Amino acid sequence: MQPILSLRDVSYSYHNLKGETPALSHISLQISEGSFAAVVGPSGCGKSTLLSLIAGLLPPEDGEILYRGLSSKDYCADSALRIGYMLQRDHLFEWRTVYQNVILGLELTHSLTAENTDYVLKLLDDYGLYGFKDKKPSELSGGMRQRAALIRTMAIHPDLLLLDEPFSALDFQTRLSVSADIASIIRKTGKTALLITHDLSEAITLADHVIVLSRRPASVKQEMSILYEINREDPLAIRATPAYQEYFNQLWEVLTDGRPID
Amino acid sequence: MADQSTKKSPPVSVRQENFLRAHHRHHHRITLGRFLLLFLFLGFWETASGLAWIDSFFFSSPSGIIKYLGQMLADGSFFTHTGITLFETITSFILVTVLSLAAATLLWYQNSLSEILEPYLVVLNALPKSALAPLLIVWLGTGSNTIIVAGISVAVFGSIISLYTGFCQVDPEMCKLIYTLGGSRKDALVKVILPSSVPLILSSMKVNIGLSLVGVIIGEFLAARRGLGYLIIYGSQVFQLNMVITSIIILCAIAMVFYKLIQSAEHYYKKQY
Repeated sequence: MQPILSLRDVSYSYHNLKGETPALSHISLQISEGSFAAVVGPSGCGKSTLLSLIAGLLPPEDGEILYRGLSSKDYCADSALRIGYMLQRDHLFEWRTVYQNVILGLELTHSLTAENTDYVLKLLDDYGLYGFKDKKPSELSGGMRQRAALIRTMAIHPDLLLLDEPFSALDFQTRLSVSADIASIIRKTGKTALLITHDLSEAITLADHVIVLSRRPASVKQEMSILYEINREDPLAIRATPAYQEYFNQLWEVLTDGRPID
Repeated sequence: MADQSTKKSPPVSVRQENFLRAHHRHHHRITLGRFLLLFLFLGFWETASGLAWIDSFFFSSPSGIIKYLGQMLADGSFFTHTGITLFETITSFILVTVLSLAAATLLWYQNSLSEILEPYLVVLNALPKSALAPLLIVWLGTGSNTIIVAGISVAVFGSIISLYTGFCQVDPEMCKLIYTLGGSRKDALVKVILPSSVPLILSSMKVNIGLSLVGVIIGEFLAARRGLGYLIIYGSQVFQLNMVITSIIILCAIAMVFYKLIQSAEHYYKKQY
């Protein structure tokens, strides 16, 4: 299939007076349309930098990012090719109600049409938040907040979804159910998604394509395709399959270079 | 009506009732203590001047103050002097609030501008504003303009610095969220920086109203023919200590009213969000 997103030889460094910190070094990868990809790597290896580059918040220093054949300057200007970005923390604003929070993107892009607000209300209904739309964010549970953040991201009809460790602030139990929930929502809509995580089990339960990054400066170490015979909906059932164990061990081997952890 | 409301309220356990009673008792005790302190002080003052332990010509007395206040109310000078001081203070307070918000916004918007202006702001803030008063008199003459500018000059620089610092401390990730949703820097200002800084703006208003009053009184000391500051200076020059102390007490009352007003604005905001 034609890749929706392709990175060619992308490098990026942070600069300050003490020197240069290379974050990404010669990253090349391709994401095909409709796939759910996960990027894993040691913490602080530059995973978030990668997403900021793809979202067009930072310009690449070297290399090229093509999204539907357009370079980052062009696709950021094209309102039909929106990129949804879900941050690590939900950042629901306490001075707005849940509803006012989820329409923030529509407000900013001046697209508060009846059609779009109907879509938002439908999403709120689908994700069980309709009854909470006039509440303050602080009245929601962790999982509900994350779902509200997802609705806020989906409201602008993104063509590609970037997820920057969106589950890391949740406790383990909520995390299992919310991550499975959100992954199945994204699969149902058929959107292409790129998830960043440091949790290997999360990557191999949710994604069908895993990209392993090296230590900083990050480069692509290996790519793996993940395929299960059973339905993806149930994260616990997947975790019980032998294939899951197999993938986990492979991934662990790649990340640690076959050495025991030091 | 009363019956209905008692019927509706849920049953309260004995322990909860005890807790509530203890809580109210504590509050009553605090209020009682505050009033007791005031009455003891006034009583001691009155007795001391009545029994000539202190010279009531220099130290005045509560009864003397009340008498003088009655006189001021009768000849209308209370309203002229208090009115002009209030007018000057409120005008300079409003101008300080508007100017410092505008300046802090501009500084946040233009990073290099804030870097350029930082040392100047710090120096202007540290400068004793009473040193500027003679200059202001020469430039603007004696009268309300000079006094309002004096009030502004005392409060405005510190307010700009604290608002700007607060703006910069807003979580940058919140602004990043705005950018990821397709917003501009102006959107980040309007949707994130300003609304999240409302508590900071309110608390800086609390400081500003006090400082404006300080500046206005300094101004009135030096360049006025009306106002409470003028009464204080004039009273001390003609040894009318009743006039001085009465003016000071009116100032206390004004400060108290301002404080309560902003506090209720704060309460209103907290109830809303």
